[in-house]
Amino acid sequence: MNAIPMNRRSLLKTGGALVVTFALGGAPRGAVAWTEKSVATDQVGTFLAIDEQGRVTIFSGKVDLGTGVRTGLMQIAAEELDVPLGRIRVVEGDTALTPDQGPTYGSLSIQSGGVQLRAACATARRALLQEAANRLGAQPEALKVEEGVVIAPNGRRASYAELVGGRAFDLKVDTAAPIKPPAARRVVGRTIPRVDIPAKVFGTFEYVHDVRLPGMLHGRPVRPPALGATAEAVDEASVRHIPGMVQVVHQGAFVGVVAETEWAAIRAARELKVRWSDWAGLPDQAKIWEHVRATPVAEVQVTSERGNVAAAVQGAAKRLSASYDFAIHTHGSMGPSCAVAEFRDSKLTVWTASQATHNLRKQLGMMLGMPVEQIRCIYKEGAGCYGRNGHEDAAADAALLARAVGRPVRVQWMRADEHGWDPKGPPHLVDLRAGLDAQGNIVGWESEAFIPRGAGGNVALTAAELARLPYENQINPGNIIHNLAVPYTFPAVKTTCHRLATTPFRPSWIRTPGRMQNTYANEAFLDELAAAAGADPIEYRLRYLPRDETRGREVLERVARLANWQTRPSPQRDTSGERVRGRGVSYVKYELNRTYVAAVAEVEVNRATGDIRVTKFWCTHDCGQIINPDGVKSQVEGNIIHTLSRTLKEEITFDRSAVTSLDWASYRVITFPEVPDIVVDLIDRPEERPWGAGEPAAAVVPSAVSNAVFDATGVRLRSVPFTPAKFKAAAEGV
Amino acid sequence: MSQNLAMIVNGHPTSVTVEDPQMPLLYVLRNDLGLKGPHFGCGLAQCGACTVHVDGQAVRSCSYPASEAAGKNIVTLEGLGTPERPHPLQEAFIAEQAVQCGYCTNGMIMESAALLARTPRPTEAQVREALANNICRCGTHPRVVAAVLRAAKG
Repeated sequence: MNAIPMNRRSLLKTGGALVVTFALGGAPRGAVAWTEKSVATDQVGTFLAIDEQGRVTIFSGKVDLGTGVRTGLMQIAAEELDVPLGRIRVVEGDTALTPDQGPTYGSLSIQSGGVQLRAACATARRALLQEAANRLGAQPEALKVEEGVVIAPNGRRASYAELVGGRAFDLKVDTAAPIKPPAARRVVGRTIPRVDIPAKVFGTFEYVHDVRLPGMLHGRPVRPPALGATAEAVDEASVRHIPGMVQVVHQGAFVGVVAETEWAAIRAARELKVRWSDWAGLPDQAKIWEHVRATPVAEVQVTSERGNVAAAVQGAAKRLSASYDFAIHTHGSMGPSCAVAEFRDSKLTVWTASQATHNLRKQLGMMLGMPVEQIRCIYKEGAGCYGRNGHEDAAADAALLARAVGRPVRVQWMRADEHGWDPKGPPHLVDLRAGLDAQGNIVGWESEAFIPRGAGGNVALTAAELARLPYENQINPGNIIHNLAVPYTFPAVKTTCHRLATTPFRPSWIRTPGRMQNTYANEAFLDELAAAAGADPIEYRLRYLPRDETRGREVLERVARLANWQTRPSPQRDTSGERVRGRGVSYVKYELNRTYVAAVAEVEVNRATGDIRVTKFWCTHDCGQIINPDGVKSQVEGNIIHTLSRTLKEEITFDRSAVTSLDWASYRVITFPEVPDIVVDLIDRPEERPWGAGEPAAAVVPSAVSNAVFDATGVRLRSVPFTPAKFKAAAEGV
Repeated sequence: MSQNLAMIVNGHPTSVTVEDPQMPLLYVLRNDLGLKGPHFGCGLAQCGACTVHVDGQAVRSCSYPASEAAGKNIVTLEGLGTPERPHPLQEAFIAEQAVQCGYCTNGMIMESAALLARTPRPTEAQVREALANNICRCGTHPRVVAAVLRAAKG
């Protein structure tokens, strides 16, 4: 009897047809057999198939958002199965083929998705070895595997293709199946060049923006000039003269145009005459923080509490308080959001760069009144999104337009659609108070964050809102309460999140949501306390890190050596020059239960102009087991540069009706001459579990910069972005 | 009024018919010719994702009327080099792993290729200045600079 339970029928319908379709890499096809393959996360066959040629297909619900995680997942499979990387391919984020492993967010693709895949591969390997043992007349433990071929001590061989090829695994994932011990690993833990990069540098990579279907039309949404306006009248005749114009679609406040060519659609979207109602429901940007403070609180969450903090602070020899705010940001993806939708035989297929295709499928079903079984969402890589940007909304636009015209429709937003209508990183405000004793020891620490309610659930589809179609009426800014609680042991502490009922713009998560803003407030305020205590900022942190927090202590101590940190209090002795330099430190234990990061920023401040240059940035990073060192380094560099951009420059502008920063001239981002030298120091712990690296290093950036500016100048920056005007205002207030 | 445009694209004499001569070149390249190298990023010549070479000059094809390209020599990322005959910059971008999402990569390589044609041995500061109007959101900047300097060394 075969040792590997297999399901022949299911593989013939999946591996046989669909997998091969994808492997060919040609034009995407409409759905064939949508729900035949198992997508249950406890089944090996959900994650893995081996065909007649011994080629391995990985089915991953976690998708590569341009981070390189595809290569990392391939390494994990190659390692556990002992097959060459070149024989592995990956199918990502296809609701008909891949498991729902949750959205690709929260730095969980390796930590969660990779570990699930590893368990599936380890389970499969054990079964393959048992089957080979039966066939080869050997004990499983005496067998070895080389390049997908099982070899017995007597030299007899059985390839995976012979053992399983062409049939599906019908086997439950055993999370206890033995994985390769560190000493035996040959692929995991090594730098492997990313598999996607050659196609990206030769211009042959197929993004979602490149999907083309037979008979496909081009659509563009026409968004209202005010967020809450509705289209009172649409003059279809105003675009009839455009060659290739097909149809104007209008439902409530949803307006879109569809044309034979992309340029015709762009022209029509520009030229279409619409009478919009007035709406001016946004707050005054100049008073945004007053608005945040006045917003009704829906829920109060105390995220940590020890001792009687009010009494401790009240009775302290010295009391300090400060407020830190972080501006509203756009994701600002390089490529405006894009999707292609096709209705065929009353089924809908959507090609999308969504980070959560399984969720998008449900949202589209709700919007369109369709059973989810009739909808298939297929992931195609887009421009980096850094969170939930507009990709899902473009998919909803495309679906509504495709349904209206009865042909496949490709929608790509224009730059103003992206800057104006992607969901925004919400305004984030934290008040802090602390008390010091006569020796400068912290006796009490209290913080209160004012941040919107909600978590990491679905973000409403704009098309559904505008067209008055069904959607989940809730806001979800991400899990933004994390890291308000501190990693330090203070005698008395209380951290509270006031979850606001509303926020001016539809919120969503942008890289390191909440954890970064909370860490910014905590680590800068802690720096204020260290200065008040006359203590060195690193020594002060180590004073309050638990003794047994060895990994946390290690990243701080290592970054101090890396940056040649001089032990002394901040600010530096002479802060009076016109151009002054300083250094600042910051530390995070991500979500207080995973990746450790410590960083030092070096800045140069021009007191006359207020210009802040970050000249050097050192980062020590411990995410446990590393799958691909250069992949992690690349993510850490990206975290640092992206967040320096956000810290120094980024802020949306808006009037009472809409976003007014609709291009790259009005929403400034970091440029090549402004990017500092970056030194990344990775700690690899092959015996530990792997943690995430896509976000944690971002958490330390704003505070490290604020602390460095204080060290250089004695001026404390508490309002992101740290623009020259903000510096000069803060300097005058000193 | 439609117009026939003849141009050389990646070495091939090419003729396309456009309904609107003001249509940017980008749409000819992506939609009429099926090229995937140049990307639409902003439509405003602000980000660089759409950069191509027109008679050897780096041009923002999202804002360059197709009619202007008539009779000219257009080179896109696909024409710069191939896996069989890569441009030194393409090799260097792979060697330095100077890509994350890759959406800006087209502009980074095409702008840098124009730089190296003018200035074969640029300093690091010259590379950064040449790319000052090319946006990357993933944070690949240090690797891009390293790749350009590597390609310049030959």
